[in-house]
Amino acid sequence: MISHMFLQAYWWIIISLLAGLLVFLMFVQGGQSMIFSLPKTELQKAMLVNAMGRKWGFTFTTLVTFGGAFFASFPLFYSVSFGGAYWMWIAILFSFIIQAVAYEYRSKPSNVLGQKTFDTFLFINGSLGPFLIGTVVGTFFTGSQFSLNELNQVKWGTPWHGLEALLNVRNLALGLAVLFLARTNGLLYLMNTVDDDDLFERSRRKLSMDSISFLVFFLFFVIVLLLSEGFAYDRATGTVSMEKFKYLHNLLQMPLVMVIFLAGVISVLYGIGAALFKAKRSAIWYTGAGTILAVMALFFIAGFNGTAFYPSVSDPGSSLTIDKASSSFFTLKTMMYVSFFVPFVIAYIWYAWKAINRKKITGDEIMKGRHLY
Amino acid sequence: MFESFDLSLVDWSRAQFALTAVYHWLFVPLTLGLSFIIAIMETIYVRTGNEEWKRMTKFWMTLFGINFAIGVATGLILEFEFGTNWSNYSWFVGDIFGAPLAIEGILAFFLESTFVAVMFFGWEKISKRAHLISTWLVAIGANLSALWILVANAWMQNPVGMVFNPETARNEMISFWEVLFNEVAVSKFLHTISSGFLLGSMFVVGISAYYLLKNREILLAKRSILIAGIFGLLSSLLVIYTGDISARTLAKAQPMKFAAFEALYEGKERAGLVAVGVLRESDRKIGDKAVNDFVFRIEIPGFLSVMTGGSPETFVPGISDLVNGNPERGLLSVSEKMERGRIARDLLIEYKEARKINDTEIAESIAATFRDRKFNEEFFRYFGYASIDKPEEVIPGVKVSFYTFHVMVMLGFLFILIFSLALLFLFRGTLRKNKWFLWIALFSILLPYVASELGWVLAEMGRQPWIIQDLMPVTTAVTHVSTGSVITTFILFAVLFTILLIAEVSIMIRQIKIGPKN
Ligand code: HDD
Ligand code: HEM
Ligand code: HEM
Repeated sequence: MISHMFLQAYWWIIISLLAGLLVFLMFVQGGQSMIFSLPKTELQKAMLVNAMGRKWGFTFTTLVTFGGAFFASFPLFYSVSFGGAYWMWIAILFSFIIQAVAYEYRSKPSNVLGQKTFDTFLFINGSLGPFLIGTVVGTFFTGSQFSLNELNQVKWGTPWHGLEALLNVRNLALGLAVLFLARTNGLLYLMNTVDDDDLFERSRRKLSMDSISFLVFFLFFVIVLLLSEGFAYDRATGTVSMEKFKYLHNLLQMPLVMVIFLAGVISVLYGIGAALFKAKRSAIWYTGAGTILAVMALFFIAGFNGTAFYPSVSDPGSSLTIDKASSSFFTLKTMMYVSFFVPFVIAYIWYAWKAINRKKITGDEIMKGRHLY
Repeated sequence: MFESFDLSLVDWSRAQFALTAVYHWLFVPLTLGLSFIIAIMETIYVRTGNEEWKRMTKFWMTLFGINFAIGVATGLILEFEFGTNWSNYSWFVGDIFGAPLAIEGILAFFLESTFVAVMFFGWEKISKRAHLISTWLVAIGANLSALWILVANAWMQNPVGMVFNPETARNEMISFWEVLFNEVAVSKFLHTISSGFLLGSMFVVGISAYYLLKNREILLAKRSILIAGIFGLLSSLLVIYTGDISARTLAKAQPMKFAAFEALYEGKERAGLVAVGVLRESDRKIGDKAVNDFVFRIEIPGFLSVMTGGSPETFVPGISDLVNGNPERGLLSVSEKMERGRIARDLLIEYKEARKINDTEIAESIAATFRDRKFNEEFFRYFGYASIDKPEEVIPGVKVSFYTFHVMVMLGFLFILIFSLALLFLFRGTLRKNKWFLWIALFSILLPYVASELGWVLAEMGRQPWIIQDLMPVTTAVTHVSTGSVITTFILFAVLFTILLIAEVSIMIRQIKIGPKN
């Protein structure tokens, strides 16, 4: 009953879900990117850092699991993209290595580099991380230059090994959209967890700029995407060719994906509006859920309905599709059993999250300083 | 189709992987060991309600956190380095190798990082019991993650549970349980985590000794030595036991590594185990590699044979037997294996050609051959030998293997002595009088780190030139980027990791000097 095709689709959905969760959880990075601009006092800065610091592990682990799950389910993507777009991924990894230690070490005595440096690490990770990840995901639609030989070994077409993605306007637009979305979510998260009136007002004032920037870049990306040609894959012959309005067609031909996409976008807009105009504290849950849905829909458009999700512009025949890049039937099935644990994982994360967030962060708690970043 | 890449690219890629793995391993074993020690202390606190135990738990937890952060940071690189630096490898075996990595993320890393947050921030927010459970889950999560990554590593040392698919040009998994219960995986997991427990215990004993020397925190120090001394003594016995199992497993799975770490060139019955020895290159050669002779050695007669096969009559093959073959003992020579590997490789090329001209019949029959058990056992298992040019290439560094192994083993026995003395003096109440011992205990903190890193150097360098034993040499596994790029990233990693390490050690020392909070 369960076919290889079914499992490939199943795993693409899981990958999309992880991607959605990752973008949502990058509110941590969004918050970090404002470490020098948002807080007015040292105390506010400490509140910001501690609010984000209690959550960095989730984002980080989601990134790692995203990588691992991609490796297990679509190993050809893993070998082609990481091996080919070498410099791009190394840049992303670097921006994350410095994060974990920055939280733990910034306020400890004898930390050698000084608090300022560690705060700069947080800023770099906060700005560069979401931006570069968004840019890479842009190449899922705009393509890269690579070719594969008979043994599926990759040859990359540019000496820039991935950094060339930064020269494409559409990639940049998605990168910036993800960055400003992360900042928007970061502000909303702060408004919800920190009990400080001044910080709340400052966050709300900042929100308008960041959310508008997000909308501009996001709409630009989406409109251009829907008008552009895309990489169509014919499963029967195994060929990849260009099709006009491919991504628009995908939306129209997969009404459910259209619904998910619209629901996501509306939910994000509602959250932003509610925070801006009604000072709603729980807005983060609307933008968060919306973020997850919208990102998932983007991944569905990239991979389903006969589309190459990691296209090659220089040698379309080498483009990766979920059909060609996937693991064997046996491995995907084994991994499907493993994926049944995911709800359980989400359940205990939910428990832990609630346990820690039960009380809002207050200036008082920071001053007393139990376990602090 | 089968290019081998520029050697300097391979060497730099190896250097980069080795650098990042060795750095990661500076922090991992402490996480593995200290997490359990903390969990034990907190259990006693919850049982007795004694606030001093809580203070202890929290103190060791602070040190744990400092180490944990940098462990996580260095691990991220490794996860992605299989793709960035060994992309051909990643495709060739991704169908099998990716699975444990993904499972590690889903089942272990989330457990670990979720409950680490609860452990640090949950003190006043959840019940004592719930907090205690969280602490235990951190320890279990860390050791579970060790399980999965070691299953992946063991598969490279002893590839099982898969079949080659010529269509996709990769190995595909056919039995998950064979991969999980791979003999090498079991022994590697047990040996590695027990060595982590040992290291964590020595860390606690050493720092407690420092407090005793400074006449501070006497109660905390003594109690810590009690817990860590017992835990450490048990673990060091376990380390030796599991190390012995590892060696036995190697004798079957990787006889070349086994012969190399004993520097045994000529196979024999009643082979002796070298306890201590010094090697020197002689004029004799195998191919163009010099044979090493013992300048000096102390040997336990017959013991190596007993270890490998249970009786002194067991024949232990030497490096020469493995390279030149030994028909009497049923050992193939490397040139014979190269022959067979080439047959398998030529068949793959034939398959690809048949596919090109759309000759389905021939293609199908070749594909069937690749699924055939006998063909796999006699030919495909030597697939990697097709890329070997000279038989002596399959000899790993004998000196490196020999010394790393012997220093590790000697240290293993020394640790039993140190933990035993610590407990003896503690029970006699003479710990503080024996200042010499306290100093030794303090400086011994470094020794398990040495033993542990040497163990990995042995395991990884002893399997050269293979990235996957007999199936793929490192030269064909590497990503095709420019050597300059890899040199650049190597330097970037070296600089960044070194700076972070310095910061970590400095913060750690400072926190130890500050001591537990009141
Ligand atoms: C025997 C144990 C062991 C070994 C051999 C390795 N690791 Fe590790 N790793 C751990 C045991 C561990 C751990 C104990 O679970 C860590 C260390 C410190 C920590 O915080 O978690 C960890 C952290 C850690 C992280 C961060 C996890 C997170 O987000 O929480 C990643 C991505 C990796 N590792 C990946 C790897 C890879 C790809 C390895 C192989 C080359 C590797 N580790 C070797
Ligand atoms: C953290 C503990 C580890 C340490 C200290 C370690 C150490 C090393 C060293 C020293 C090398 C270089 C060997 C050489 O260049 O001759 C190496 C290579 C390598 N190791 Fe490990 N290793 C560790 C864990 C692992 C694990 C768990 C895996 C796989 C899951 C792994 C996979 C590899 C690969 C792919 C290479 C490159 C190929 C090679 O040079 O053999 N290592 N490692
Ligand atoms: C009598 C004592 C010991 C024996 C007989 C022993 C044996 C071995 C053997 C044979 C290997 C190679 C396994 C392989 O290549 O697959 C190994 C690896 C290793 N050893 Fe030991 N060892 C001993 C003591 C220690 C000690 C004291 C430590 C550290 C505290 C340690 C840590 C390691 C580590 C981390 C590895 C690499 C992981 C692995 O391959 O299992 N060992 N040991």
